[in-house]
Amino acid sequence: MQQKMILSGNEGVARGAWEAGVGLGIGYPGTPSTEIVETLAKLEGPLVAWAVNEKVALEQAYGACVTGMRGLVTMKHVGLNVAADPLFTIAYMGVNGGLVIAVADDPSMHSSQNEQDNRWYALHAKVPMLEPVSSQECRDYTRLAFELSERHDVPFLLRLVTRVSHSRGLVEIDTAAGYRRTSRRYERNVPKFVVLPAHARARRLVLEKNLANLLSDPEARGVNKMEITSSEVGIITSGASYNYVKEAFGHRYSVLKMGLVYPLDGEIIREFAGRVQRVFVVEELDPYLETHVRALGVTCEGKKYISPFFELNPQAVATSLVSAGLEPLERPDPAAVEPVAGIPARPPILCAGCPHRAFFYLARREKVMVVGDIGCYTLGAMPPLDGIDVSACMGGGFSIALGISTNLPEGEKVFGVLGDSTFYHSGITGAVDAVFNRRPIVPVVLDNRSTAMTGHQENPGTGRTLDGEPTVMQDPERIFRAVGFDRVLVAGAYDLEGIRNAIREAKAARDRVAIIVKAPCRLLKDARRGPAREIVTHDCTKCKNCLRLGCPALSLKEGGYVAIDTHACAGCGLCEQVCRHRAVRVKEKGGTA
Amino acid sequence: MAPTKRVMFAGVGGQGILLASRVLAEGLIRAGVDVKSTEVHGMAQRGGSVVTQVCFGERVYSPLVGPGAIDILVSLEKLEALRYVHFLKRNGTLLVNRREIPSLPVLTGAVTYPRDIEERLASFPVSLCVIDADREAERLGNPRVMNVVLLGALVRLAGLAGLVDWKEVVAEAVRPQYREVNLRALDAGMHLV
Repeated sequence: MQQKMILSGNEGVARGAWEAGVGLGIGYPGTPSTEIVETLAKLEGPLVAWAVNEKVALEQAYGACVTGMRGLVTMKHVGLNVAADPLFTIAYMGVNGGLVIAVADDPSMHSSQNEQDNRWYALHAKVPMLEPVSSQECRDYTRLAFELSERHDVPFLLRLVTRVSHSRGLVEIDTAAGYRRTSRRYERNVPKFVVLPAHARARRLVLEKNLANLLSDPEARGVNKMEITSSEVGIITSGASYNYVKEAFGHRYSVLKMGLVYPLDGEIIREFAGRVQRVFVVEELDPYLETHVRALGVTCEGKKYISPFFELNPQAVATSLVSAGLEPLERPDPAAVEPVAGIPARPPILCAGCPHRAFFYLARREKVMVVGDIGCYTLGAMPPLDGIDVSACMGGGFSIALGISTNLPEGEKVFGVLGDSTFYHSGITGAVDAVFNRRPIVPVVLDNRSTAMTGHQENPGTGRTLDGEPTVMQDPERIFRAVGFDRVLVAGAYDLEGIRNAIREAKAARDRVAIIVKAPCRLLKDARRGPAREIVTHDCTKCKNCLRLGCPALSLKEGGYVAIDTHACAGCGLCEQVCRHRAVRVKEKGGTA
Repeated sequence: MAPTKRVMFAGVGGQGILLASRVLAEGLIRAGVDVKSTEVHGMAQRGGSVVTQVCFGERVYSPLVGPGAIDILVSLEKLEALRYVHFLKRNGTLLVNRREIPSLPVLTGAVTYPRDIEERLASFPVSLCVIDADREAERLGNPRVMNVVLLGALVRLAGLAGLVDWKEVVAEAVRPQYREVNLRALDAGMHLV
């Protein structure tokens, strides 16, 4: 029975994979891709897991697919950088069971450190890529990708963006369809699966043949669709940009929607260009399609009008192409309200009671140089905490510090800070290198027992797998010791004195010292809250020292006093510890200060 | 063909924007129209400014629109109304909850929370409606149903009240133990405007 459901793009991908009989779904959490694995985990049948990082996820899925199972791998765009090593070679080796890598880009960097355009990965690694525009296509293309992957012996990339992954729309699904795990027979095949140079040279040619076969497959070509409604103007587009083009121009101009963005079907592009007088290319981020269309000898215009950075939207597309002489359905109203300037910003902040706050507060006061990493704790860089000097990528918290340590004045130390999930992702290698190369960095793990920023996924330190089953609970302290650190100083996340002492001791130490700051994320269901605090106005000297914690429960009131919002207060007690005048106390029940 | 209508919700992480926009979308689906919505998760939710959009009509292509294209902006907080008012079309509808949540620069005293937001909003070429949804929710005994109070007001203002049984839609979207108070919140919101 066909039924319409409202699904997000991510839910559509999970649904499609499930219907395709996927055997293993695995990924590393990363906005905006996280809910694919989470949704798949709720569906009966497939094995679903969080891997320690994206490379491990892809390699596991590949292993499953070598033996004949279908594998789905998920990650955010920068995760593909981590998984790039296996990706490039798996393309040569080909598959047995189908392999689909769903990767979610984040144009405008809503939750990311860059806005790399991952379509280039498809071209670069020679891995075919489908790009859905809606939740329906997320479901359809995922199913198709598995079929094509097996039919043509190639892994498949499925490119999503925030506005596809996190948009919701109607999806027609067959409710009667059940789960049947797809399985193919494994046969030992050393020339295919062992990439010695001689084998790789042969596979290199096989890959070219596979890509050519794929391009002549009617089902693959079928996802590129021409909508001829005008002989005047034709717009070539793909993914979310297609939605913006249609919203802006309706059926006014002809459109060529490229569902298969690698390898590109030059034939349909030439045919389309032949049926219209002027060709435009509308795409978000880089001129990927435009470069290829031009290389085919087709005259077109694209980035001349369309911004090459940040997210597009229908109005941005319409406004840009008005200057090229195109006429949108609705002219953007120039007299609508102007953006209001000069209003207070509302940046994301560490929550009230966040266990990361104290470390950054003290790092600043102890004047240590800090290299941060990717997670909630990157917010430790925001004023007033101002506790991070450099932060680039997952795992970089330790490794970038290693390099900084080679160029510091004698006796000075740099601290490398990352969270527990990041430590297991790619932090441990930096700690090993610190010992190996005798770099005097102080590695710090802010262990909140969760992958908090992406919504509290399990990781090797939580003691549970994705499906809630108990497993070995890793311990950063034992890992530090095992790789050669002499001492590991463990401080409670709300023990200001303890953290300060640890920082000072590590700074002065001549042996190898690591620090662990421990307390569970306050947003976890079973996290305990302390008693709410209040400020006795009579004792407050208006020194504002507590405001330097950057806690959302504390605010400056008229008259220069500070007050605590007792509903927001998580009772962590940090403000009580930093107040030199003992004006902060546990709130008395029913009483007011 | 009826033109696509576009609703945008703005507010602060934790105020219940996702639920409000999902319930709206679910109701519209039941009414048989095409719906697309978009949300931003992750970093943007840690106390930061959060927006969602819900577009509906006979055929909706894009879940996202830019400034100047929204028919109804629902802001769960006053400062966020000021931040996103330019997304409204000329003569669009602005529904604002009379709630002030200081942002970090305000908390630390670096800047002050603007005192004249309602006057400024009233000066724009939009149709303004300010309600105190928090007070209403507290009166009903659960401050967290503020979002559903606003949803009720929105449904009435947008002329969607008769489209589907919104009570049924809300009832199915919330946990059983909160059903009763959410239904009262929906009803209260409908009567506030």
